[in-house]
Amino acid sequence: MHPLNRKLWRDLYRLRGQALAIALIIASGVAVLVMSLAAAQSLLNSANAYYERYRFADVFATVKRAPISVARRIAQIPGVQQVEPRIVEQATLDIVGFEEPVVASLVSISVPYRPTLNRLVLRSGRFPEPGHNHEVVAGEAFAEAHSMHPGSTLQALINGRKQTLVVVGLALSPEFVYAIGPGALVPDSKRYGVLWMGREALEAGYDLDAAFNDIVLSLWHGASLPSVLREIDRLLRPYGGVGAVARKDQISNWFVMNEITQLHNIARILPVIFLAVGAFLANMILARLIATERSEIGLLKAFGYGDAAVAWHYAKLIVAMTALGVLIGWVGGYWLGLWLTSVYAVFFRFPTLLYTPGSVAFAVAALVSLVATLSGGVGAARRAARLPPAEAMRPPEPPVFTRNQGAFYRFTDWLDQASRIFLRQALRWPLRSLLTSLGIGAAIGILISALQWLDAIDRMVEAYYYEQQRQDAIVALVGSEPDSITGDFLRLPGVIAAEGHRFVAARLHNGHLSQREALIGVPAGSQLEILRDDSGSRITIPPNGLLLSAKLAEMLDVSVGEHLRIEVLEGRHPVVSAPVVALFDTLIGTPAYMHIDALNELLKERNQTNAVFLLIDEHQHQRLFARLKTIPAVGSVMLRDAAIQMFHESVGETILIYVTFYTFFACTLAIGVTYNAMRIALSERGRELATLRVLGFYTGEISYVLLGEAAMLVVLAIPLGCLMGFGLTVILASAFETELFRIPLVVEPATYATATVVVLIATLIAGILVHRRLAHLDLIAVLKTRE
Amino acid sequence: MVAQTSAPASSAAEHRPTLIGSGLSKTYHAGEVAIHALRQVDITLYEAELVVLLGPSGSGKSTLLNILGGLDTPTAGEVRFRDHALAGASDTELTRYRRDHVGFVFQFYNLIASLTAAENIALVTEIARAPLAPAEALATVGLADRVDAFPAQLSGGEQQRVAIARAIAKQPDILLCDEPTGALDSRTGVLVLEAIAQVNRDLGTTTALITHNATIADMADRVLRFADGRIVDVQENAVRKAPGELSW
Repeated sequence: MHPLNRKLWRDLYRLRGQALAIALIIASGVAVLVMSLAAAQSLLNSANAYYERYRFADVFATVKRAPISVARRIAQIPGVQQVEPRIVEQATLDIVGFEEPVVASLVSISVPYRPTLNRLVLRSGRFPEPGHNHEVVAGEAFAEAHSMHPGSTLQALINGRKQTLVVVGLALSPEFVYAIGPGALVPDSKRYGVLWMGREALEAGYDLDAAFNDIVLSLWHGASLPSVLREIDRLLRPYGGVGAVARKDQISNWFVMNEITQLHNIARILPVIFLAVGAFLANMILARLIATERSEIGLLKAFGYGDAAVAWHYAKLIVAMTALGVLIGWVGGYWLGLWLTSVYAVFFRFPTLLYTPGSVAFAVAALVSLVATLSGGVGAARRAARLPPAEAMRPPEPPVFTRNQGAFYRFTDWLDQASRIFLRQALRWPLRSLLTSLGIGAAIGILISALQWLDAIDRMVEAYYYEQQRQDAIVALVGSEPDSITGDFLRLPGVIAAEGHRFVAARLHNGHLSQREALIGVPAGSQLEILRDDSGSRITIPPNGLLLSAKLAEMLDVSVGEHLRIEVLEGRHPVVSAPVVALFDTLIGTPAYMHIDALNELLKERNQTNAVFLLIDEHQHQRLFARLKTIPAVGSVMLRDAAIQMFHESVGETILIYVTFYTFFACTLAIGVTYNAMRIALSERGRELATLRVLGFYTGEISYVLLGEAAMLVVLAIPLGCLMGFGLTVILASAFETELFRIPLVVEPATYATATVVVLIATLIAGILVHRRLAHLDLIAVLKTRE
Repeated sequence: MVAQTSAPASSAAEHRPTLIGSGLSKTYHAGEVAIHALRQVDITLYEAELVVLLGPSGSGKSTLLNILGGLDTPTAGEVRFRDHALAGASDTELTRYRRDHVGFVFQFYNLIASLTAAENIALVTEIARAPLAPAEALATVGLADRVDAFPAQLSGGEQQRVAIARAIAKQPDILLCDEPTGALDSRTGVLVLEAIAQVNRDLGTTTALITHNATIADMADRVLRFADGRIVDVQENAVRKAPGELSW
């Protein structure tokens, strides 16, 4: 080994604490990057493999009732490969031991089972047998939630008739990877499930002989999706088609793909912070090393080493630290990615887990880290290269402190000498001090941005479920009914108030922009759904025109006063124009509201409702639920409390995992930055500290001089960190914004406090590590030598 | 025991011993080699006397000074400061001893770069029991007009005099100077020695001064010559020369 390389290894060993701290910070960045990219890639590959193997359809359309011959015409649309007309209905289930009504999607399959599109993955049991109309295959997640297995029975209200169904098999389907019930925001396996039944049984149950109300199709490679969608809409319109959707808008797939997008967002935002801090620390450690090795540098040059050789020698130190960080990060990222992918696999119930991290994630992480730290160290290495040998062999000029260095010096006059020392030290190198504070602040910021999710979720729940949705339950009716039906609901046990609303499928157009959205008809003066504007004051539903969520208006590029073309996707499919009369902000979905009378007017129907909002006496739940399960007109029941609970459970759990990660990463960052800053200060000021010891200062007192500076920078880091935390929250919120959710910008004081306290503890640990070194200061050796 | 040191004859009656080291040995282990830096040295420093420790580098004088000053502990032997035994004292007790009783001056000044001359002295006076005012200490070494100067704004001799002012500001019982003129030219060195002599004379501080410059020995009450970890010769000067009379 070349002696210089041997020196390099020894330097690295001597600086192992600091090198490890930097390596761990780089490792955190690399791990997050590899984890997110690997999980995203694996999720995509798993989903695609699942989709391909089980023939996930390309296009989905629902219709009121179309004769089977229409399916044959659809099959002839150019580009269409295969069609599968189906019957998909909703039924309420009554499950023994579960009080609340359960909603199920009943999906027809051929009996005996002949796999076509959206093939089922049979996990246990068998498919229904011919002639056994009561046999069903249940979705695995749903079955598990209710401890059902082949042989279990359940009661279903199918088109008003109560039937006993027997579960004969459990299955998964690429169509229901993210199985979300009607109107729900998150999956709830207890209250929503999918049951696959023989086509014949459903035909009989819903009077759909030789007809279908749902069709899925696959396309040939290269088929024109827009023209196929257009053609399907044209063919289905006479039969009550509500518009075909492509795979990318299919709800389950949308969620899966959205998750992948979010992972890419994480990969883009967080590693940048870690790598920037890593670069700064690399610069700091290298600059210090070069300062202490001036004479060696002079010697090397005197021996005839060129500038480039000297610069490269020091750059290699950075490369070595980065390489260590990258290696740790690779391993950590690989395992975190595997773990995250397996969490997704369980959540999405992929039949096979494909962990395919791909070399790209690793290569990108390594390259980005190396570029970041080398660019951080390049300045210091260049300074080393530029030192003329003769000058290098002289000791450096002592740092010059003068009274002219700023008004702050006056400010230090009222302090004791020990405080003056560190205060002036920090002010002498303000950029370095600021960057150190920013590094620690970044840790606080990262923690805030992670903990803020909990605040955001609370706020979302508060805003959506308590301020806006004032009802305890929404009963979706099978079809529209005269609004006198609300009176019938009012007579049910435990119902305190009932309000008829109406949901109508529509497509809103503005020029070439269009968006499919349910138009929600709200009665004037609704007590059970209250919309508010930015300032929190209640918005009155205008008698005419549209009330749009701001996000929808943005998507359609429309503002108040302009008109939208409304293409109703139900009934006679009227197309009308209506003005946008007001916008409002909502965190969830992209709803569009109208006065219910205006909506009915649009459909040329009077006083119709298809969703009844209920306020319920909580003591009479049981009786009410028992009744609701028996009412044929009831399509589904959505309970607010259950929805809130599921929201917390599904989102909260994921977030808790992230918060744990982030806490770990933030602590690494805080400890790494503080430890490095203090070690460098110790190296620079070891002589002064030893002098103080000789003068009769106790270890605790010199510890104050050293740790005092760190403490001061940590204190400065708190407001900076809070600001960065808010900024990061803004960036993350906008990156994570989807059509479904907008993350509200709320950071509770407790969140700032928690993040600060965690980081303070982390810096305290770093302080203790350095403090222990002070006890071993070699007073004599330090004083005997000239620096 | 190689050399018995005794009090100057003239002052034996009036001068009590301040610091007594007996049988002091110090062995360092550098790898597998044992280095005997100090071998069985006995020394007594009396109140108000000025002792010069003379010898080549590696002869053990700095090791002895460090042990006497509570910066180091002997491998064998005892040190007594007045009634207190320093051998076996804890780190805290040694710190207390340095803080209350000892002033140090080093070859490389060791001033705190970020503090002015007065502040460097205040560093000590803030923790001392009966200190001089920083300005007064600076005046003693002839630097009354450099109170607000930072070390980088002072010459080497001025920096060393600030270091002396810092060492004596606490009114220590013992002033230990390790090569205080080692980094200075002769003229500046004389100024520094004058400051030390003045402190010794005016404040009556027991002073031990290490040097390898034999000329400086003439300003001492006693001269202890070191070689090979031992005191090999003790010389008493009947007349102390003033530093101004010295030159090298």
